[in-house]
Amino acid sequence: MSNNDGDTKDLQGTARYTWGGDEFLFVEIDESMSLAANFKANSMASVLAARALPGISDVCPANASLLIRFDPDKLAPAGLEAEVRAIELEVDGSTNRTLETRIIEIPVWYDDPFTRETGARFRAGHQRPNGTDLDFAAEANHLTSAAEFIRRHHSNPWLVSMVGFVAGLPFMFQMVPRDQQLEVPKYLSPRTDTPALTVGHGGCFACIYSVRGAGGYQMFGVAAAPIFDPAQKLPDFKSFMIFFKPGDIVKFRPVDKTEYERIQEQVEDGTFVYRQASVTFNLAEALENPVRYNNEILERLNGI
Amino acid sequence: MAFEIDEPGLSTTVQDRGRLGYYNVGIPQGGSMDQLSAEMANAVVGNTAEEAVLECTYLGPRFRTTDSAVVAITGAPVDVKVNGESREQWTRLELSAGDELSFGFLMAGTRFYIAVRGGIDVPVVLGSRSTYTLGSLGGFKGRKLQAGDVLHVGPGTAAGNQGLDGIGAEQRPTFALEQSIRVVRGLYDHRLTEAGMETLLSATWTLTPVADRTGLRYSGPVIEWKPREQPFGAGSDPSNIVDAGYAVGSIQIPGGQEPIALHRDAVSGGGYAMVATVISADMDLLARSAPGTKTRFRAVTMEDALAARADYRAARSKLWGNIL
Repeated sequence: MSNNDGDTKDLQGTARYTWGGDEFLFVEIDESMSLAANFKANSMASVLAARALPGISDVCPANASLLIRFDPDKLAPAGLEAEVRAIELEVDGSTNRTLETRIIEIPVWYDDPFTRETGARFRAGHQRPNGTDLDFAAEANHLTSAAEFIRRHHSNPWLVSMVGFVAGLPFMFQMVPRDQQLEVPKYLSPRTDTPALTVGHGGCFACIYSVRGAGGYQMFGVAAAPIFDPAQKLPDFKSFMIFFKPGDIVKFRPVDKTEYERIQEQVEDGTFVYRQASVTFNLAEALENPVRYNNEILERLNGI
Repeated sequence: MAFEIDEPGLSTTVQDRGRLGYYNVGIPQGGSMDQLSAEMANAVVGNTAEEAVLECTYLGPRFRTTDSAVVAITGAPVDVKVNGESREQWTRLELSAGDELSFGFLMAGTRFYIAVRGGIDVPVVLGSRSTYTLGSLGGFKGRKLQAGDVLHVGPGTAAGNQGLDGIGAEQRPTFALEQSIRVVRGLYDHRLTEAGMETLLSATWTLTPVADRTGLRYSGPVIEWKPREQPFGAGSDPSNIVDAGYAVGSIQIPGGQEPIALHRDAVSGGGYAMVATVISADMDLLARSAPGTKTRFRAVTMEDALAARADYRAARSKLWGNIL
């Protein structure tokens, strides 16, 4: 079994370069989402960031594109574009399609009462005014039940394809062929409220809301531990207040109320740490045989 | 020395020039929305341009100073009162210990700035004192001010500098009810029909009340997107894209209605196509808009944008040239 054309089509030299005013260069790798487009965006971002060119303040890789903020008084637009185009050629020509990263286990209480309560508040105007977002997601994916959707949601790993929207929010792309991707339409009208740590889904992307606020993704549950800690109290946040980085691989693990509360206590007393292991992500292997590859990387968490 | 806040105002936050370098994880640049007005306030009290000021939105705060202080109020026109007596904006005000500073209603614009000699002293977080309220980060406890807050004033970095005697009327920014904002086309502008782009650039847009530090939403005619079969992962509407990074100042038009221009507390990315970006020299102008402001978006070239940027920078450095 191999991934379909979205992931194997040739993305060499195809990026589109365009300006966001006089301070932003935008590079679209592909109009469609794929592991390959995301890998290229992240690879170009890594090379560019490592060069630390004077005048570049922000290098922001996204799902299938790259946004660069620069100071045109220090680095002329034409010079920047030439530099990034050269990096694109370099990345296209590289045979090393691997990324040193990590796999992280994220405990999630699916179909929990907080999420149900929030969902109930915004039922009017929803695609499915009765039931829950999980019921809607199951139907949208032709699955028999919300429980089956939950099983599918946590049985395969997700790649963090972008961090942003608000501080530390991960967008995640499921590491399965396109025809097996879970796809769920967003809310017809965005909610004015979403509890922090809600696990959401819109289009082909999962997310975890890092802070409380507006949101348009369907809601499936709540992550048990913080992913953004401005006070940097927990050990995982000692070096930086934001947990996720593009390229992280996420395994959701379903927890029940008892375990959720136990994790909450660990968060309270400052002892909670995420289970994680280092992993070398290999794009070719991930595309060639996703089932085998996903099993291999999930095994890295065993014994941690 | 400190300010004791009796009334916080509608949304008063500590801001400075902002923080770059963390947009890749969703932390926006932040900083004073109207940078020039904030910088002028600092210049008048004898600070450097780096010091943190208070940004006040629509309704100002009421507070007392515990010690003598030198302050200046700039930005949107507003009645300034010291112990109930009217004072001038754009000039240095000497306060004595116990004096109360308060404000009347805004007469135009949206935001005014209070600088104090020595600067507002809050911890530097990720390189800046600016408040990012959504992330509860920076500024005073990561939030807008509340009654009872005690805001410390720092020692400052410009020792011995008295500051400008004031900002002359001809130098002050204007807060007009009609604005022409320059934009550079790009990003996903090819996704609009020609008529759609023509509408964006020819219509007179009205700023709605949905305008804050994140972005400003305008009402006006419907803008036409090209119909297409949507790419995988992009969402179902022609205005949707695979979620991408958002340029600060970029204009998106969800569903073809009510364009939104993102500002300094922008969400860093999302799934709506952007079609043009406000040039850096006009971002302050955008921040000075009040709801109801009639706005035209005018397309300029990158060369024009860079020339305007140079003019803007020259105006700012002139401010400091007079002191040194």
